[in-house]
Amino acid sequence: MTIRRTVLKGMLGLALAASVSGAALAQDAVKIGLILPMTGPFASTGRQIAAAANLYIQEKGASVAGKKVELIVKDDTGTADVTRRIAQELIVNDKVTAIAGFGLTPLALATAPLATQAKTPMVVMAAATGIITERSPFIVRTSQVVPQIGSPFGTWIAKQGTKRVITIVSDYGPGHDVESSFSEAFKAGGGQVENIRVPLQNPDFSPFLQRVADAKPEALLVFVPSGVGAQFMKQFVERGLDKSGIKLIGTGDLTDDDILNGMGDIALGVVTAQHYSASHDSPENKAFVEGFKKANPGLRPNFMAVGGYDGMHALYEGLKKTKGEGGEALVTAMKGMSWVSPRGPISIDPETRDIIQNVYIRKVERVNGELYNQEFETIPNVKDPTKAKK
Amino acid sequence: MSTDSIEARVQRSLYGARRWHPAEIAFWVLALAAFFLLPRQLLILNEIAILGLFALSLDLILGYAGIVSLGHAAFFGFGAYAAGLFAKHASADPVTGLAVGMSAAGLLGLLTSPLILRGSDLTRLMVTLGVALILGELANSLGGITGGADGLQGIMMGPVLGLFEFDIFGKVAYLYSLAVLFVLFVLARRIVGSPFGLSLRAIRDNPLRASASGVPLHWRLVAVYTLAAAYAGAAGALLAQTTQFVSLDVLAFHRSADLMLVLIVGGAGYLYGGLIGAVAFKLLQDVIASFTPQYWMFWIGLFLVLFVLGGRELIHGGIKAVVGRVARLGRRAST
Amino acid sequence: MLTILFDGVAYGMILFVLACGLSVTMGLMNFINLAHGAFAMFGGYVTVLAMQRLGLPFLMALPAAFFAAALAGLVLERLVYRPMYAKSHLDQVMFSIGLVFMAIAGADYLMGSSQQFVQLPAWLSGRFDLAGIGVGRYRLFIILLCGALAFAMQWGFTRTRFGSRLRAAVDDARVARGLGIPVNRLFALTFAFGSGLAGLGGALGIELMGLDPTFPLKFMIYFLIVVTVGGTSTISGPFFAAMLLGVADVAGKYLVPQLGAFIIYALMVILLITRPHGLFARGRA
Repeated sequence: MTIRRTVLKGMLGLALAASVSGAALAQDAVKIGLILPMTGPFASTGRQIAAAANLYIQEKGASVAGKKVELIVKDDTGTADVTRRIAQELIVNDKVTAIAGFGLTPLALATAPLATQAKTPMVVMAAATGIITERSPFIVRTSQVVPQIGSPFGTWIAKQGTKRVITIVSDYGPGHDVESSFSEAFKAGGGQVENIRVPLQNPDFSPFLQRVADAKPEALLVFVPSGVGAQFMKQFVERGLDKSGIKLIGTGDLTDDDILNGMGDIALGVVTAQHYSASHDSPENKAFVEGFKKANPGLRPNFMAVGGYDGMHALYEGLKKTKGEGGEALVTAMKGMSWVSPRGPISIDPETRDIIQNVYIRKVERVNGELYNQEFETIPNVKDPTKAKK
Repeated sequence: MSTDSIEARVQRSLYGARRWHPAEIAFWVLALAAFFLLPRQLLILNEIAILGLFALSLDLILGYAGIVSLGHAAFFGFGAYAAGLFAKHASADPVTGLAVGMSAAGLLGLLTSPLILRGSDLTRLMVTLGVALILGELANSLGGITGGADGLQGIMMGPVLGLFEFDIFGKVAYLYSLAVLFVLFVLARRIVGSPFGLSLRAIRDNPLRASASGVPLHWRLVAVYTLAAAYAGAAGALLAQTTQFVSLDVLAFHRSADLMLVLIVGGAGYLYGGLIGAVAFKLLQDVIASFTPQYWMFWIGLFLVLFVLGGRELIHGGIKAVVGRVARLGRRAST
Repeated sequence: MLTILFDGVAYGMILFVLACGLSVTMGLMNFINLAHGAFAMFGGYVTVLAMQRLGLPFLMALPAAFFAAALAGLVLERLVYRPMYAKSHLDQVMFSIGLVFMAIAGADYLMGSSQQFVQLPAWLSGRFDLAGIGVGRYRLFIILLCGALAFAMQWGFTRTRFGSRLRAAVDDARVARGLGIPVNRLFALTFAFGSGLAGLGGALGIELMGLDPTFPLKFMIYFLIVVTVGGTSTISGPFFAAMLLGVADVAGKYLVPQLGAFIIYALMVILLITRPHGLFARGRA
């Protein structure tokens, strides 16, 4: 009897909670749904972005154009159908003005048709495969496009007089993008390149490194998901490849600010190309890093965080222009927007809705006892080269 | 006691089990009523219906034939990809696509069924797991066909039966999934109540004695495994059609593991276990995850541990009490 | 080519240390403990903490990881595992998955979701050439240490009184109990030892496999492969299974990188079908 009553009460409570959360829907609020992988293997991506988005709201105040801003953070566990369902729920039930986040390419791709169907602006803060923005006219990206980094890096490496490079990339969308964009640019610069792909779930790199050791290239370009890069570097050094004259290079994912400091001396001297470093020398970045560290002790912002921060900025400024209105107006308002982000000057390409930004060549150095990616060369205003060609 | 009367008794008990219990009717009425009562929750309801169908499929082999599997996602994913590819390249009609997904997965079940005829529980767990992992790797490396890690893009579904267009609120999606679930459920109910179903249970309880009394062990297991695979394929096809998207994680290990949890929470061997488990599991996950998006896993874990340690009696007792109450009401209404 | 073999052996050794505790518990109590990887993760985090916060050297941190994980195993066995033995396999699977979930979220909460690192002492890093084979120092260290462990265990299992009691209990717990062997205590000790080994494996594996909160799930499949392929009634079974797995995995990826993870799974399925009771089964059903 009592059991049944508690069960009934529980169900009643559930129903009540559901209806209350519906009723609390304040009319003059702007809701932004932030969908991120907060658990699972890509949890650190979600953490960084959520922390940065919250920081932005904390700094700029929780209201824009006279309306209250409400951020709804949801965990999609990095599973595409869940992302899609959550996005749909946020649009239909919570009536969000915009959806944002999207930690991985498939998650963004799965949601893209929804954005078109519901005419809801969708701000991609992390996923980096080129095709994403082409999948819906409502997508705006504030993170990066892989070829945007890979292509100029290939040109730059070729210019340094390097002739032979082996690439090792994880076997998934962004990996293929890095491989092709880098190789193309590098070959155009007169270099020779060999490509190796490794499975995404791959704990031990030694067999692949052995192949590299046998081939003895001048440099080895690596792209693996953030976090795995450290393991890779350890094994690289362990096999003595650093001493055999093979230079380790990569996109910034390899020396992710989030974990760089824990990697230790093995990371020293690694040359990477990326759009953001926590040590970027500008007042905007100093303030950002300081605020981020204060709000999240023990965490250093990485390129994911800056993508989230800038995504919020684009939404805020866009909403200011539209006076809180969403839909197509908001996307139009974000097109062509330009500002100085912690990573440097950036803008949203009005045609492709993709980000235009500087790409920096950096080297890992020890600064004040901590490891940082020190920027030493800037390639200004890079557009996504694959889309520029079209 | 003549043999005659035993036969008659068996028949009577078979027919008795075929009659619908009032609680069962109430369950399906509730499922339909949810469409009107919870218009904001249709998407998750759709997911629950699909997960329920998937769990029903596992229940067929686990609850009725005693075959454990940690790789049931293989059929789910295969059905999803088959339906997705069919919709993309052949025809956008959902019902045909569903049939294609089902038969593809059923065929795969038939082909892989020799693998599960031998060995202990543990061996079966690992073999099924291995099959699912191999399929996952295949789907990843055949990027040209499956879209690889980016997922299968660009599925456009036509209207169901040429009449009902899929909408963003998930109305058609839920009704479609629910209808498929119901039809397949009724079919499964008939099957487990038939002599075939009884022979499966005999195999589950004592394979040696079953084969001694003339039950063709292997063929029965192959048949039910194929059937369950087709059911899982149907669930996968539903997911592909209602989300118009297929990604690699339809084949992922966690999907098989979650499924196992769902079925155990609901209880195996009475068909409704998977459905009830699906409702409980999804709601729990959704509610907890909305409170704490980062650490919901901890609470699910705690729930599972407590559940096994003693909570099961409480919950199943609660279900039984509700069922009993409904039965009494039903009887009173009929008299 | 021999270098590849060497790497594979080192990898297999770690897998063996990680999984052998699981195989013993599975054989002894017929208990499927999917949470085994959680103990390994625990050992890994203990090592990280001991080295980073307490400044212990790596070699000191290893026993710390072992004892911490063993203690955790002992306590948990007493408190929550014991009521589980009588339950069905499915319940055990669910229960231990629940523990894994809690461990993952707990580690995430306490330590953060990113990868953890340790600094190896200088004498363990780098490599040297031995008759044309590139030998990584750390891998050599692993092989020696784990090889010694395996040898000691095999000896303990077959030659000591404890070992013979254990074998008796594995074969038939009821008869063993009837003969006055304290099966429960025996099991508690074995469980703690197995957990400790997992902890040690987790600590050793940080360099090779990485360490983050998803560790128990990520490698659970590997442990299970080792145990099912190797069988649960010997030490040598899982040992050779782990070796085979390690070498096949590494060599397969070197020779045919396109096939990647296929090999390991295909191998498992084939082995399980041809030898459903494990590589060196004694024909016990």
